[in-house]
Amino acid sequence: MTFNPRVRQFFQASAGTLVLVAAWQIASYFFPHYLFPPVQDIFARTVRILVTWPELSQVLETAGRIFAGLTGAFILGSLLAIPIGRYPRIESYITPFLVFLQGIPALSWVIVAIIWFHGTEFRILFIMVITTLPAFTFQLLDSYRSMSKDLFEMTMSFRPSGWKLFRVLIVPTIVPGILTAWKINLGNAARVVVVAELVGATGGVGYELLRQQQLFDMAGALAWTIQLVLFVLVVQQVIVMIEKWLLRYRPISERAA
Amino acid sequence: MASEPLIRFREVTKEFSRPDGKGTFVAVNRLSFEIEKGEIVAVLGKTGCGKSTMFNLLAGLIEPTSGMLDITGHDPFKEFDFFRGKIGIVFQNDRLMPWRSAIDNVVLGLEILDVKREQAEVVAQRWLARLGLSGHEHDYPHALSGGMRQRVSIARAFAVEPEILLCDEPFSSLDEMTARDLRAEFVRLVKQSNKTAVFITHHINEAMEIGDRILVFHRPARIAFEARMDREAGAEQRKTIEDKILKVLSIDMPAAIAPGVES
Ligand SMILES: Nc1ncnc2c1ncn2[C@@H]1O[C@H](COP(=O)(O)OP(=O)(O)OP(=O)(O)O)[C@@H](O)[C@H]1O
Ligand SMILES: [Mg+2]
Repeated sequence: MTFNPRVRQFFQASAGTLVLVAAWQIASYFFPHYLFPPVQDIFARTVRILVTWPELSQVLETAGRIFAGLTGAFILGSLLAIPIGRYPRIESYITPFLVFLQGIPALSWVIVAIIWFHGTEFRILFIMVITTLPAFTFQLLDSYRSMSKDLFEMTMSFRPSGWKLFRVLIVPTIVPGILTAWKINLGNAARVVVVAELVGATGGVGYELLRQQQLFDMAGALAWTIQLVLFVLVVQQVIVMIEKWLLRYRPISERAA
Repeated sequence: MASEPLIRFREVTKEFSRPDGKGTFVAVNRLSFEIEKGEIVAVLGKTGCGKSTMFNLLAGLIEPTSGMLDITGHDPFKEFDFFRGKIGIVFQNDRLMPWRSAIDNVVLGLEILDVKREQAEVVAQRWLARLGLSGHEHDYPHALSGGMRQRVSIARAFAVEPEILLCDEPFSSLDEMTARDLRAEFVRLVKQSNKTAVFITHHINEAMEIGDRILVFHRPARIAFEARMDREAGAEQRKTIEDKILKVLSIDMPAAIAPGVES
């Protein structure tokens, strides 16, 4: 029997999840439901969140916070990475600082944000930006440095202005790196956002998770977690599609299929 | 020709610092020559004799350690903006941007010169057609053969209508038949538009087919021999020059044992 390769790929990708789901279901037969709720309960809760507007709107609220944070980190990261790439001497000043930032746990930023700032949304934005900034900067810098010296000299032989050089060479060179950085940081941001929402958010996935904990509702906690996972999967697929379109010039080895 | 020379090298020296930091390496040693407008000068020399270094100096990609070099009285390294659109370069490898189609690669130089998009495309289209690439305008470089890619890169250099063309062994990776066609085409294009060209090669035949004048370099880049070529010259005369060049080249010592270049 031959499968459509996409269908096959889907089954291969879901195999691990299916095993986990099955194990969970078996556990639900042996343990009380407040510890291991049956899979159908979790599924029903997950669907309910998706079809109930007040609940779905909270998922979107969290998604919005993730995007805002990543956008902020991306803009700041670019502002740092491009001068470092062009003038490597700056690097020795900025890199240690970024490495230092990278070592600080998200929870510490939560505390700092609560003490420093007032508005909830601003606190969350601050935490999201500061926790994803170092990785974004390093990834952008790496892709800038992967620029071909040959193409650089070729472009310079036409003697472009700085802005033209940026447009015709630097942007196309770093686009693949930007997309990868978004994919990686999206996962990080989805994990940080729930912690960030502990700074006093009155809505969002993090807030709901906290509530489920107080209600001792395992199915609810899982259903809200799954929303985030689904969100990351969907956005990552969108990025992959953008990537396929933008990088369509790349040759594909027939072996790779 | 009584006019001012277009390109002037005066006692130009280029030293590179050694990677181990101990002293310097002299790649070009007090090199002096002049090139008139409309000339095609072929530069010939053994591998490692400093041809590409001279080329990069001329292209303004590196700065001389000492000496003076100017193109129409301007410094190609310091006067970056002045030479915008005035120098076209064909490199040894095609250096096409993989994310741009053939036509967009040719458009690159025009884009940098702020030529309007539609106009730039018309010009690029014309150059691609001239180099036998009609029908491949929208192919990406990976879908073109090596010879086609090199032709795209020639079109890219010509499309900006530069006064000066610099070529660093542009045909060395092509088969002889293709290279021969492109050489003839190159000479025709340069002569037709009265451009000036410096053409680096390490094939004697190529130098003799292309150059109005041949400069033979010894290591570290200095002129060991110079010959004027007459395109109408008979086989006899060409043979004499070829023999002479061969003789001069053969006495250039290999890099490993050449004395007095390290300081
Ligand atoms: N950036 C550099 N740093 C140090 N040494 C260099 C550098 N560029 C060139 N050289 C040295 O200068 C010498 C001349 O190099 P160049 O590339 O000009 O030779 P070439 O005549 O173009 O050789 P080929 O015909 O093989 O291309 C070589 O010995 C090379 O090692
Ligand atoms: Mg060379």
